[in-house]
Amino acid sequence: MGLETLTIAEAAEGLEARKFSAVELTRAVQARIEAVEPRVKAYVTLTAEAALKQAEAADARLKAGTAEPLTGIPLALKDNMSTAGVRTTCSSRMLEDYVPVWDATVVQRLRAAGAVMLGKTNLDEFAMGSSTENSAFGATRNPWDLACVPGGSSGGSAAAVASLSALGALGSDTGGSIRQPAACCGVVGLKPTYGRVSRYGLIAFASSLDQIGPLARTVRDAAMLDAAIAGHDPRDATSAPQAAGDCLQGMEGGVKGLKVGLPKEYFVPGMDPEVEAAVKAAVAKLEALGAQVLPISLPHSEHCLSVYYLLATAEASSNLARFDGVQYGLRVPEPSYVPMIMKTRAQGFGPEVKRRIMLGTYALSAGYYDAYYLKALKVRTLIKRDFDQAFEKVDIIATPTAPTPAFRAGEKTSDPLTMYLSDIFTISVNLAGLPGLALPCGLSSAGLPIGLQLIGKPFGEPALFRAGYAYEQATEWHTKTAKL
Amino acid sequence: MLTIKDVEHVARLARLELGEGEKQAMTQQLGAILGYAESLNALDVRGVEPTAHVLPLKNVLRPDVLQPSLAREQALANAPDAAKGCFRVPKILEG
Repeated sequence: MGLETLTIAEAAEGLEARKFSAVELTRAVQARIEAVEPRVKAYVTLTAEAALKQAEAADARLKAGTAEPLTGIPLALKDNMSTAGVRTTCSSRMLEDYVPVWDATVVQRLRAAGAVMLGKTNLDEFAMGSSTENSAFGATRNPWDLACVPGGSSGGSAAAVASLSALGALGSDTGGSIRQPAACCGVVGLKPTYGRVSRYGLIAFASSLDQIGPLARTVRDAAMLDAAIAGHDPRDATSAPQAAGDCLQGMEGGVKGLKVGLPKEYFVPGMDPEVEAAVKAAVAKLEALGAQVLPISLPHSEHCLSVYYLLATAEASSNLARFDGVQYGLRVPEPSYVPMIMKTRAQGFGPEVKRRIMLGTYALSAGYYDAYYLKALKVRTLIKRDFDQAFEKVDIIATPTAPTPAFRAGEKTSDPLTMYLSDIFTISVNLAGLPGLALPCGLSSAGLPIGLQLIGKPFGEPALFRAGYAYEQATEWHTKTAKL
Repeated sequence: MLTIKDVEHVARLARLELGEGEKQAMTQQLGAILGYAESLNALDVRGVEPTAHVLPLKNVLRPDVLQPSLAREQALANAPDAAKGCFRVPKILEG
């Protein structure tokens, strides 16, 4: 085992001290990709040559003394973030040959920081799914057990980080798409506060819920990636104007006196006993470290899934209307206009994307708008109020990230509703616009990772990182790696 | 109850051509999802304001100053069909 096993923090230190070069580090990770990628299939596109050029440039910066913390660090990007000159597919036939002419803001920021981009990772088509099986280019597998899914939709990013095929990665999270795969693959994932990270250049799924965030092997690494991408962007009209805050500052301050809420609705009879035991043990650990644990209630929790699947699909049906075979992407030739659009969309989109466009169009259509869409927006207010009230009593909230460890490939593909239930603990966080940090807190008897979710107040990321770091320092789950 | 006719209507609105098998499956699956969402009807939301968006932002505008924009060749770079600096589409009006 070589340099690919290093954390981002360790690699940055080694680069700074000239123990190895960015080119050597990049080559080590690329060799690892070559060895495991045929089994894991985390990437849609690898940009090996460009990565080595970026590594050379990083070495020059390190030599010149102009390096930043991420200079020379090999990272992966979910393939729904625009990369100038590198195809960006959203794992869809619709965008199979689409090559953006600009970079997403997060990509631009990583480039400016001198990071090395290894390639683009697989996802459920247009980020719609919880298993990375809905990809037009084949499913990604879980590095811990290749018969299992890596979670989704950022399953490629999570699997790349877990299989040592990248030191860190970016994902996007609309209903749990960073946190649930992080849990399934035993890595750390942050869904930032809505508006804290620019969505400019992120190919939209549901604009009021989508948020880009980091996946990494430790809490500190996630905070380092977060520091590089967060902050106001005038090119995103929903970018929050306030300063993002540096989560590395004060991260080591400990949890003494921190109030941790335990929502009773997230711990119910019938839940997976191993998940329940691991999460409760993690909360007990935080308590032993000085945190104060309080019971709380989020009474509208049971409605989150319904609200989410009405709102996210409504927004998706509108966002995906742009794929009409005119400006970019697939076009199926037809002699007249509307049939061209209808055939293009029929061939370009996979079954789950079609299902969601249909559901969203229905919820927005004349006669159903009030009953479904408007009603869901009002219940969203109630869900948000639940959190507002809880946060009057506590600083952070602890829950499981996913209801079960990673499930087996093919197990849930035939029933959309069963698949949707994979996001039952993560969806509320997007609806309320809050930050959520997923981190490993155990292994099941089958040897699969279990995830703890910490939920914060708006812009409460520093408290999440402080709690996550304290927990990580006191436990060894983050040191366990998948045997491949 | 969602019918196959509803599905056909919505598919037209969504500009999505569906095969017969897809229509059948869609009718059953959308029906199940909408059935699940029926639980929202148990909630009284009279007087509750809708939340379309969690941030207190309204009408974010940039200063009205001329800025460089995408060059025409770049804007057309991914067009399935382009001619004379424009996107070209099949005929829209019949006859």
